[in-house]
Amino acid sequence: MVVTRRDFLKSSGLALAAFVAAPNVWAGKEHPIIIAIFQRGAADGLSMVVPFGDKHYYSVRQQIAIPEPLSSGGERAIDLDGFFGLHPALDSVKPIYDQGHLAIVHAAGSPDNTRSHFDAQDYMESGTPGNKGVADGWLNRYIQAHLESDSTPFRAIAIGANTPRSLMGTAPAVAMNRIADFGVHGGGATPEMENAFAEMYRDTFDAVKLLRRANPQQYEPAHGANYPNSPYGQALLQIAQLVKADIGLEVAFADVGGWDTHANQGSSRGQLANHLKEFGDGLAALYRDLDDRMRNIVIVTMTEFGRAVRQNGSGGTDHGHASCMFVCGGPVKGGKVYGRWPGLAPEQLFEGRDLALTTDCRDVLAELLVKHMGAKDVSKVFPQFRPGGTLKLL
Amino acid sequence: MQDAITHLLNRIGFGPRPDDIERVQEAGIQKYLDQQLHPERIHDAVAEARLASIPSLTMRTPQLLESYPAVQKLARQFRIRQGDENKRDVRRQVLAYYEENGLNLPQRLLQELESQKIVRAVHSERQLQEVMTDFWFNHFNVFWSKNADRWLTTAYEMNAIRPNVLGKFKDLLMATAKSPAMLFYLDNFLSSSLKGINENYARELMELHTLGVDGGYTQKDVQEVARAFTGWSIDGPQRNGEFMFRPRIHDDGEKIVLGHRINAGGIKDGEMVLEILARHPGTAHFISTKLVRRFVSDNPPEALVKRVADVFRKTDGDIREMMRTIVTSPEFNSAEAQGAKTKTPFEFAVSSIRVLDGSTDGSRQLAQAIARMGQPLYQCQPPTGFPDRADHWMSNGAVVERLNFAVALSANRIPGTTVRIDDSMKSIALKLGSPEFQKR
Repeated sequence: MVVTRRDFLKSSGLALAAFVAAPNVWAGKEHPIIIAIFQRGAADGLSMVVPFGDKHYYSVRQQIAIPEPLSSGGERAIDLDGFFGLHPALDSVKPIYDQGHLAIVHAAGSPDNTRSHFDAQDYMESGTPGNKGVADGWLNRYIQAHLESDSTPFRAIAIGANTPRSLMGTAPAVAMNRIADFGVHGGGATPEMENAFAEMYRDTFDAVKLLRRANPQQYEPAHGANYPNSPYGQALLQIAQLVKADIGLEVAFADVGGWDTHANQGSSRGQLANHLKEFGDGLAALYRDLDDRMRNIVIVTMTEFGRAVRQNGSGGTDHGHASCMFVCGGPVKGGKVYGRWPGLAPEQLFEGRDLALTTDCRDVLAELLVKHMGAKDVSKVFPQFRPGGTLKLL
Repeated sequence: MQDAITHLLNRIGFGPRPDDIERVQEAGIQKYLDQQLHPERIHDAVAEARLASIPSLTMRTPQLLESYPAVQKLARQFRIRQGDENKRDVRRQVLAYYEENGLNLPQRLLQELESQKIVRAVHSERQLQEVMTDFWFNHFNVFWSKNADRWLTTAYEMNAIRPNVLGKFKDLLMATAKSPAMLFYLDNFLSSSLKGINENYARELMELHTLGVDGGYTQKDVQEVARAFTGWSIDGPQRNGEFMFRPRIHDDGEKIVLGHRINAGGIKDGEMVLEILARHPGTAHFISTKLVRRFVSDNPPEALVKRVADVFRKTDGDIREMMRTIVTSPEFNSAEAQGAKTKTPFEFAVSSIRVLDGSTDGSRQLAQAIARMGQPLYQCQPPTGFPDRADHWMSNGAVVERLNFAVALSANRIPGTTVRIDDSMKSIALKLGSPEFQKR
């Protein structure tokens, strides 16, 4: 077993003392942060970022296609580059695109051809498509490979009761529902009792005590940033809160569900539009709230696979292959749709039915880890992966 | 001997009550196991009395739709414009109508489901039946919050799951396939030969319910199975909510599923698919693996999985016999197996109440505490159900919530739940919160 510095600190009892003595050692430090957002359920990339310039798009999606930007009436796609357009429900992120800080990678995702939600999420989060034998997640392996002397328990966090697969592994990561509830409280708990619990769960209480010192209660988002009133919106708000608390956050994870639109997904309006609005408004709020801190932050979004190109019999779409990814932040060369467009003609489709994949999600993630996070070597994060050439997103 | 009994009660039940170990010791482990394998023979008056006050459990779906109507439905009845039903005065008027007519909001159905699940797990003598109900509901998961499933999930648990939890696997499979809750949750009620198929149920049927993701089916099989199930529908998800086969939208053409030719026609097409899947060796292996994972270890010993799968094949998928094989196996009774499983939040909460000889009405607050620990009952959105692995449940946030629950319970501060405190509150809270008590 490799003894990490953290293990050493823990066993020597020094760790907690160091954190607690100087909870704000991170204040003012320029440190890169990556925020990963997972759209669980397989988001329809063809409705998120509409290929209105591909003439086949409208013929295979009669009811659910998003009208092209120049069509008349109704809510239409928002033109990005004359070929692609944003779903109108994503209008809140268009200004970020226009400012050059939102890049889109289309026809991207995991190269494995499974159409199982579970397997595909597992592959994307383990960072090892096609290999089920890897127990830890890609973000955890990034932390493992880049141990730092001044790491705090809040170096990697997820908002939610359960640790997401991306963060599972031997490196410490905090997962919690709500910042405000993170501690033993009320109901007759005494400090004596808390100390006894702290003996049982050392890691957890290191985090509890550090957070208590930082005291990030009473949070008011900056610049009127308006987060959606949903678990996803509140997760992003709390990530912003932790970023601003300067307690050593480097990797954050949140997820958002509702993308499995087998039935009645709608067009410019409807079920999918509502989810996209939540998704986009959350991103826009986070971007606004973090403001000039975004110069050191990159947000990346992903989903396990896209949806079939043709709509099904119930006004929805069945499981497909490639989807799209958003990459957003100060260092990002945005205002552009990246990736090679594989086309929607019948002979261009993957297995005759799905959007073909032209960018492996690991190419995107590896580039962010190397150029943004300063990772020296991503071969441990994405084992057996040979980068297919950088997209130059940064 | 005591350890063996504790282990048994932790696995085929939700943990021992204070006098349980002695009781089992007197009766003998073998006899206790035989009793638990035949829950219909166990007298269960205490739990039944506690359930009598939960009205929805015995209602049929049309009655649930009447008695727990959606606010929107009443709003339409009053000709309130769409969108206006959330305005304060309109809402007050609608809620007054609920009150005057003895109606309840649909949310109440969730509370009653949660409540019966907790009450039975804490109080029922039929402990194995409750464990199996928890297991099979999670295996054939549906998501209560998905629209019509708010009215369909009650009948799903009471009529499709509960009567079959120790019976034949194929009966359970058939009951879930024909249940409106599943047909709605996985969209099969929309699949139509006229408008086009919907693959959702067909795929999950093979991936999650029977063969497993590596069970050897192809995308073509998914499409063929979906064709076989066209017409398996619901007589108005929010009107009657009962199963209905619609011949008009059924695809009567021939299908090839896993190499089998299917052209029985009508509802028989889907039934034949279920027969094929229920008999498939891949299903025997997949179901056995999941059972062994639940009852023995996160890493199911392959030799035991094979023996249980053999029993599945020889007994036409008899769950009772599979369970007998598991519980009497050397693997189950080995030292490594004891305390090897991490309790889910539900198991943790229920076993805590039981070990303190407590009683509960399964209140909303208790269900909310279980949700905060990471397991919102009946509200697992993906069709996979909750994962059955330790690393999923023990995040730092979940640990903190478990400790808060331990403190609140030992201070008797959870409404509707009372436990017996015959030691200092501190030592009880520390015992419930300890890493050892998180294991079963």
